[in-house]
Amino acid sequence: MKITAAEALIRSLEMEGVEVVFGYPGGAILPVYDSLFHAKKLKHILTRSEQAAAHAASGYARVSGRVGVCMATSGPGATNLVTGIATAYMDSIPVVAITGQVSTSLIGRDVFQEVDITGATAPFTKHNYLVKRAEDIPRIVKEAFYIASTGRPGPVLIDLPKDVAETKIEFKYPEQITLRGYKPKYEGHPLQISRAAEAINKALRPVICAGGGVNSSGAEQELMELAEKAQIPVATTLMGIGAFPENHPLSLGMMGMHGTPYANRAVTESDLVIATGARFGDRLTGRVAGFAPKARIIHIDIDPAEIGKNVKADIPIVGNVKRVLEEILKEVHQKQPTEWNERIAELKKNTFTYDKKNKLCPQEIIEELSRRTAGNAIITTEVGSHQMWVAQYYRFIKPRTFISSGGLGTMGYGLPAAIGAKFAKPDETVINICGDGSFQMNLAEMATAVENNLSIKMILFNNQGLGLVRQLQEFYCKKRYSQVYFGFVPDFVKLAESYRIPAMRIESRDELPGAIDRLIAEKGCFLLECMVDIYENVYPMVLNGSPINEMIGG
Amino acid sequence: MKTTLSVLVENHPGVLSRVAGLFSRRGFNIDSLAVGTTENPDISRMTIVVDGDDYIVEQVKKQLNKLVDVIKVSKIIPEESVSRELVLIKVDAEPQVRSEIIHIAEIFRANIVDVSRKSMIIELTGDKDKVTAFEELLKPFGIKELVRTGIIAVNRGTKTIKIEEED
Repeated sequence: MKITAAEALIRSLEMEGVEVVFGYPGGAILPVYDSLFHAKKLKHILTRSEQAAAHAASGYARVSGRVGVCMATSGPGATNLVTGIATAYMDSIPVVAITGQVSTSLIGRDVFQEVDITGATAPFTKHNYLVKRAEDIPRIVKEAFYIASTGRPGPVLIDLPKDVAETKIEFKYPEQITLRGYKPKYEGHPLQISRAAEAINKALRPVICAGGGVNSSGAEQELMELAEKAQIPVATTLMGIGAFPENHPLSLGMMGMHGTPYANRAVTESDLVIATGARFGDRLTGRVAGFAPKARIIHIDIDPAEIGKNVKADIPIVGNVKRVLEEILKEVHQKQPTEWNERIAELKKNTFTYDKKNKLCPQEIIEELSRRTAGNAIITTEVGSHQMWVAQYYRFIKPRTFISSGGLGTMGYGLPAAIGAKFAKPDETVINICGDGSFQMNLAEMATAVENNLSIKMILFNNQGLGLVRQLQEFYCKKRYSQVYFGFVPDFVKLAESYRIPAMRIESRDELPGAIDRLIAEKGCFLLECMVDIYENVYPMVLNGSPINEMIGG
Repeated sequence: MKTTLSVLVENHPGVLSRVAGLFSRRGFNIDSLAVGTTENPDISRMTIVVDGDDYIVEQVKKQLNKLVDVIKVSKIIPEESVSRELVLIKVDAEPQVRSEIIHIAEIFRANIVDVSRKSMIIELTGDKDKVTAFEELLKPFGIKELVRTGIIAVNRGTKTIKIEEED
C-alpha cells in the first residue's frame, strides 16, 4: 500500500525508536502534522516557540544519550530553530531537526514563508538534506539518525518541501546505510595508544582534562579506572562536568576561565596533560602560549579536525574516548600516590570562595541546593553568572546531570532543555537555574511544562539585569555599564502563578533552607525567586589574553 | 604557499556551496577552484588551490573530510603530477599587429579560436607559469578580456586518486 512521504517520515521516526518529538506546526509542514495526527507511538510536544523545541530536543539528547527530534514549519519556523541547532552543534549533541519547505516548484521565488534553511544551517549542522524525491525519505531519515548519533555527534536537518511530503510512495525502511564519505573512526591507533600509556607511566605530574566526549561516549568508568590506577588528578571542561565525581579526592573540578584555582595551577605545573574528548576551547586554555607550558599533550578525540586545531598535540589519538581509554588502561601501570598528589593536595587548600555579605549570595543558594540534593538531580542552566556559579559550587557526581549551553552560550536554553530532560528521565528531579535575563527569553515554556504535567523546579536569581555582561564591562570597559540593567522587571512570582505554578520570593539568608525544602517537596513545577546583588562577580576569573594560572580572586 | 588539493565529492546539488562555504567561514583562502564530473558520473572532482601554511592546509583537509559529501581529499605533489589550466584571452588585434600575435601564439602552441576586425580570441593550455608568461607577452597589445578555468591536476604514472570500493 502506498503512503505519503509525510506518513513515511513519521513511520521512519518510529522505526528509529523515537518516542517524543518537540515541535510547532505551520503551513508548509501541514502534511507532516496531518500524518502525526494518526501516529500511534510517537508523542508530539507542542512548545511555545520553535527555538524551545530545538532546545528541548537537545536537552532530551543530553540527558538520554539518544537522538533528540524537533520539527517546525518553513520560513520563520525554521529560522527560529536555528539558535537551537547551532547550540547543539557547538556542544556536539545529536539532534535531528525536520523543517517544512515550500513546494519544489516555488523554491527560489521568495514565496510566503520561504527561506533557504539548508543553506542557512550548513555551517552549523553536521549534515543537512533538502528532500527532492519522496522515495528518498526513508533513506534520508535513516542516514540522518546515523550521522547525528555516530562519530562526533551533532545536529542534522531534513528540509521537506510540501509537495514532496504529499507524494505517495511505497514504504520500505532501509536496513543498511551506504555513505562513502562518512566513516567515523572509533579505534585508536595501537602505536599511539602505546606511546600514550608509556608517557602516562613516565609522567611525574600528569593531569587529565576530561571534556564532553567522556559524557557522550559514556567513558566515565574508564576515566575513573585510569585516574585511580595511575593516581592522576582530573580536571573537567564545562562540557565535561559530571564525567568525574567532584567529591572524589582526585577531582580538581572545572578548569578554565572561571575554573578552580587548583585545576588551573595543576595544569600549568603538569608535565603531561591527557585531554580526553576535549577540544581546548578558548575559554579553557586562556592564552594558548601560556597553557600547560611544561607539559607534553596527549589529545584523544573522535574528530580528527580537533587535533592540533587549538593546541599542538604531542601524542594525538583519533578515536572514541571510551574505547581508547580501555586500550590505554591495559598498558598503564598501577601507581601509589606520589609527591605530585601531595602537591595537588597543597594546591587544593587554596580554594575559591565568595564574600558572604549581609545580602543573600547566589553562590550559597547553589551550595545549599548541592548539599540537599547530593548530586541526585539534573541541573539545567541558562547562560550567565548563574551558570558559572552552578559549575563552580554545585558538586556534580554523575554524567549527564549538568545540562548547559557551553560552546554557543545560548541564553534561554535552560527551561526548554529542562522540559526535554524531564521527558528523557521522568523520575529524576529536574531543576533549571536561571538569571532574570535568560529566564525572560523563553519563559513562555512554563506553559509547556504545566500542560504536560512536568515537574520542573526553577531557581531564578533576580539581579534585575545581566550580571555577567556587567562584570565584563567592569573589567574591560572601565565600569561603563551599557545596557545591562533592566528598567522594568515583571513580578516573577505573580507571573509564575499566572501559569498556575506555585512560587515564592526570598531576600535573606534565613529564608533559604525553608525555601529549598519547599522546592524539593513540591510535586509539580515550582519557582523560587532569589533577590541577589547585580555587583556579585564570578571569581576566579582569567582575563582575556592571560594564562589560566593568572586568576583574579583565585 | 600554494597547495593543490584534489577532492572527490558526491555529484549532488549543493556540494559546491558546502565546500565554498567551508572556506569562507573558516577563513581559508582559495586561489582557484575547478570542478567537473569524473569517470564515474556520481562523483565530481574538485581541484582546489589553497593559499596557506602547513597548519591551514592540514585544517582545510580535515574540515573538508568532515563534510559527508566529501569522499576523499588528496594533496597533489607538484613534482609527481601534471597540472594544467586553460585560458581564453581576447586581445586587441588590429591588422598591422595580427601576424605578430599569431607568431607568439604559435610559439606557445596556443590556438586562435576567433578573429574579428579588431580583436582575436586565443586559447592556451598549460601550467601556471606558461599561462602567466603568455599573458605578459600579450599585454602590450591590449588584453580586453581574460578567463581562466583554474588548475586541474592528475598524478603522473599509475598512481590514481579514486575511491576505495567496498568489498
